[in-house]
Amino acid sequence: MSVQSLPRSSRSTTAAPATTTGGPAPLPPRRRRQGSRIGGIALRTPFWVLSGGLAIVFLYPLIWAGVSSFAPLAGTNQTDGWGIGNYITLANYQAGIWTYIGNSLFVSLLTVVLTLVTSLLGGYAFARFRFPGKNVLFLATLAILMVPYASLLIPLYVLLNMIGLSNSLVGVSLVLTMLQLPFSTFLMRVSFEAVPKELDEAAMVDGCSRFSALWRVLIPAVKPGMITVGLFAFLAAWNDFLAPLILINDSDKMTLPLAISNLRGQVQGVVDYGATEAGVVVLALPCVVLFLVLQRHYVRGFLSGAFKG
Amino acid sequence: MSSNAIKTRTAPVRRRSAQQRAEGWRGWLFAAPTAVIVVVLFVVPLLLVFQMSASDWPLLGGNQGLNVPENFTDAVANRFFWNAVGFTLLYTVITTVILLGLALGLALLVQESTRWKGFLRTAILIPSALGLASASLLFYVLYSPIAGPFAGLMNDLGFTFLGTPEGALWSTVFLIVWRYAGFYMLLMLVGLQAIPDEVYEAARIDGASRWQTFRSVTVPLLKPTIAMTMVLCITGSLLAFEQFYILTKGGPDNSTITVVQLIYSVAFQGPNNLGVAAALSVIVLAALVIINIAQIRVFNDKEPK
Repeated sequence: MSVQSLPRSSRSTTAAPATTTGGPAPLPPRRRRQGSRIGGIALRTPFWVLSGGLAIVFLYPLIWAGVSSFAPLAGTNQTDGWGIGNYITLANYQAGIWTYIGNSLFVSLLTVVLTLVTSLLGGYAFARFRFPGKNVLFLATLAILMVPYASLLIPLYVLLNMIGLSNSLVGVSLVLTMLQLPFSTFLMRVSFEAVPKELDEAAMVDGCSRFSALWRVLIPAVKPGMITVGLFAFLAAWNDFLAPLILINDSDKMTLPLAISNLRGQVQGVVDYGATEAGVVVLALPCVVLFLVLQRHYVRGFLSGAFKG
Repeated sequence: MSSNAIKTRTAPVRRRSAQQRAEGWRGWLFAAPTAVIVVVLFVVPLLLVFQMSASDWPLLGGNQGLNVPENFTDAVANRFFWNAVGFTLLYTVITTVILLGLALGLALLVQESTRWKGFLRTAILIPSALGLASASLLFYVLYSPIAGPFAGLMNDLGFTFLGTPEGALWSTVFLIVWRYAGFYMLLMLVGLQAIPDEVYEAARIDGASRWQTFRSVTVPLLKPTIAMTMVLCITGSLLAFEQFYILTKGGPDNSTITVVQLIYSVAFQGPNNLGVAAALSVIVLAALVIINIAQIRVFNDKEPK
């Protein structure tokens, strides 16, 4: 179910030849669908203008960011024309861009691993076992969505201080894992429930333990769900701003979004716009690439995430 | 076949207690990581925020004893409190109205599966892959009167995106619309897809015009989707923080301070008072839980029709 193919409903194939719309010539049936029955050429021109304009509005900022990150913008250190100067400024910024990329990767990958392990085991338990307190635990997990993240940050700050995880990237990962739990546990539970029980029962009859049945038979079956969960955990952690802003003090422990937002300085006027733009590209590029490669999983994730209402 | 089914159904009943207890233990074993994270990082902080809201709790120094109801009265008495509440509500109304209308329009526009519309859908969706902080930083440079692409034009017209309270609000709204339109469009598309073809055919046979079909078929049948999208949009907007923290820092003239920004600044930027910040958090929490419940009620009332 990629973005391209998503809205192709059965409607498209059942569209009957229209008799009321007065197009100059009968159009191929694919175009005569419900929704926007664009009839004549006169109606088409505004459509092209409108949709072309929309494409420009949505793509322009991204393209401009990419181009201007190589440009000698006003307010930048770059004086020698077009080139990688903005990236060099960024690389030399404070602890250095590689430290921040490393911190961000550490937080993101740890969050992905923690989220996958918890939701895989949890989803399996919720889908396959009956145990006392199961529904309470599941509802408590979903309740994370009902409670605004921002109102937990103050107590989380104090709590992580108490247990010695303040100013630590592991602490940030734990908080982000908690935030991913409702979505990931829900999605993994649904994924497991979609697999027939007979499959793992057969494996256990053949001598597998519960755990090896999960490992050998079920994990391959729920892989698409795991990819979606992993993708969303990665993006959430890579992009998160609020948790590191509140939990991290040391400048060499900052994650990438935090470091780049600090490039703007505290005093007005001292902003390195070029380096900021280069930073935006470094931040956005992995997201855009992952989006384009994993569109199918992305859409699925959005749809599962939408249940949070 | 049938005897087999009876066997498997009766077997567990006989050995119920022993087998179920073992099953329960194993279930808990698998659910343990989830339980630990939920309890330690969600339930405990949730209880802690209530305790903190009732305690004198400076940023450095920890719990200094009971302080009710002063934390709450101090929170409400903060000179930015009512401004922040008002601004957050205004911002929420504006973004919700624009985003819902635009998302529905875009969904109708790109509903069919032609190659160009597929491209357009992808183009509209790509910004949702960016983090809110990255998108805000990108627009911070884009809106800059020094380095942005509109810098020359802005200087000629004597205009800045972020320099006036109105400009700052609408510039931020534009950023959010750019970032979230695709996400809400996707939800609307799924809702549109769930409407059965037969209804449209019946409307066509009855001779309904396109506008009539939209008004009396599409919109009513899309109501659950619209309601759900609205819940998401309102909840998200009420918690706005990053976009204003990065784009405007609450300015100009403290005109764009949101409620979450107020929590942050009370805790870490100014008074450094975690007790008052916790009281503000409790107020936000209560407001959002009430709003969520109210919205779900409205949503469910419309369901049976």
